[in-house]
Amino acid sequence: MAKKKSDIRYTKDHEWVALDGDIATVGITDHAQEQLGDVVHVELPDMDRTVSANEACAVVESVKAASDIYAPLAGIVVEINETIVEDPAIVNSDAEGEGWFFRLELDDVAAFEELMDEEAYEEYLETL
Amino acid sequence: MDQSLKTIPLDAWHRKFGARMVPFAGYAMPVQYDFTDAMADRCRGGVLAEHLHCRGQAALFDVSHMGQAMLVGPGAAAALERLVPGDILGLKPGRQRYTLLTNGTGGIIDDLMVAKLAEDRLFLVVNASRKDVDFAHIAAALPAGIVLRPLPDRALLALQGPAAAEIVASALPFMGVAEIEISGIRCLVSRSGYTGEDGFEISVPADDAEALADRLLQHAAVVPAGLGARDSLRLEAGLCLYGNDIDETTTPIEAGLTWTIGKRRKTTWDFPGGSAIRDQLDNGAPRLRVGIKPDGRAPARSSTEIVDAGTITSGGFSPTLNAPIAMGYVRRELAEDGAALTLMVRGKALPATVVPMPFVPHRYAR
Repeated sequence: MAKKKSDIRYTKDHEWVALDGDIATVGITDHAQEQLGDVVHVELPDMDRTVSANEACAVVESVKAASDIYAPLAGIVVEINETIVEDPAIVNSDAEGEGWFFRLELDDVAAFEELMDEEAYEEYLETL
Repeated sequence: MDQSLKTIPLDAWHRKFGARMVPFAGYAMPVQYDFTDAMADRCRGGVLAEHLHCRGQAALFDVSHMGQAMLVGPGAAAALERLVPGDILGLKPGRQRYTLLTNGTGGIIDDLMVAKLAEDRLFLVVNASRKDVDFAHIAAALPAGIVLRPLPDRALLALQGPAAAEIVASALPFMGVAEIEISGIRCLVSRSGYTGEDGFEISVPADDAEALADRLLQHAAVVPAGLGARDSLRLEAGLCLYGNDIDETTTPIEAGLTWTIGKRRKTTWDFPGGSAIRDQLDNGAPRLRVGIKPDGRAPARSSTEIVDAGTITSGGFSPTLNAPIAMGYVRRELAEDGAALTLMVRGKALPATVVPMPFVPHRYAR
């Protein structure tokens, strides 16, 4: 990602969110992909779907288990990353870059600031 | 990790190689590895890579959580036959057989390996989650003079894969058993496994386990592999997992394990549940275990509903086929290759087809 880490926020469900204007790019953290193990299948939300914060809207399947991916913030799905559907291993190899899941046009850009920053996420990981 | 978990003899050895330890049947067990140093040059680590390494070269599994026991005394084989449908009397010394402990209604208490070391000496390997139940059940059925001696101080390693034969350098046939030396360590070895590959299961005193594991890893073809790969390998091989695919409510006929009933035993039916099992063999079981191929790439996991037909009992992703595979029970009428099924995966109907098993051909040394 071209963005600095400081422009990125995190959720307790181990998603990362990068903001550009009112468009948020969402993926799973490196910690999450490590815990999941080899990703073999991804299901992405439909385009133009309206999602509320914390709504399950994508699925990532590893060899071990299926996990829901939640919308970190409310918005509309404006782009999905078909590349990871064709080659799910990208989620393991570049979780916080090319392995992004979807982009949301946010209802409320200010809500982004309420998510954890990198330092807070690192602290959160320590508690797990 | 939970302090009450039991540890296997090689606990520290696995951690040294980057094992991720998880609770399984009361033990801390390696589920997969994040390999470091020398091992990382051989294999990336993780379930997928460990699985493929086993199919391509050789993998070393630690299954020391499983229950090992000796059944010793004059008439040991006859005594065990009262509990299982297998032909144990007819088993030749130096041979091993897969069999089942059945209950009075024909359900399966456990599946196990029985090796005949000598006429009055049987070596048993049972599932970790069932060993207490099994050992109590067997001990309670023994006449005077025959004893069941659990072997908690032995480790069990499985070396599996096409490179296993030249490493162990044994002329054992498939399902043969012998006491042999591997790298100078005395082991009780059978040519068998749970992956569909050629390979060996090696019982060794716990004190010798680390030396044996180290010596096996001196061969560049070998990497340790965890329970994750063991599960995906056995699923590809179409082998049952106790607690998922078979349990006290499933019969050998339903499970497709009719072949484990000895020919002589089918004339006498003198084992627990014999009449119920005979009735199913004669009149057909209401449901049967089948292989299932979901369309697309989404795995259908255990407990997935098969609409108006049954339930998935094991399901996941096949690294060899790069596609989802599953097994489960369906109504007898649907247990035919090519039958169309509908799976409910996360509330969505997913088409699937009944297919023959194994999903990946066995490569046993016949």
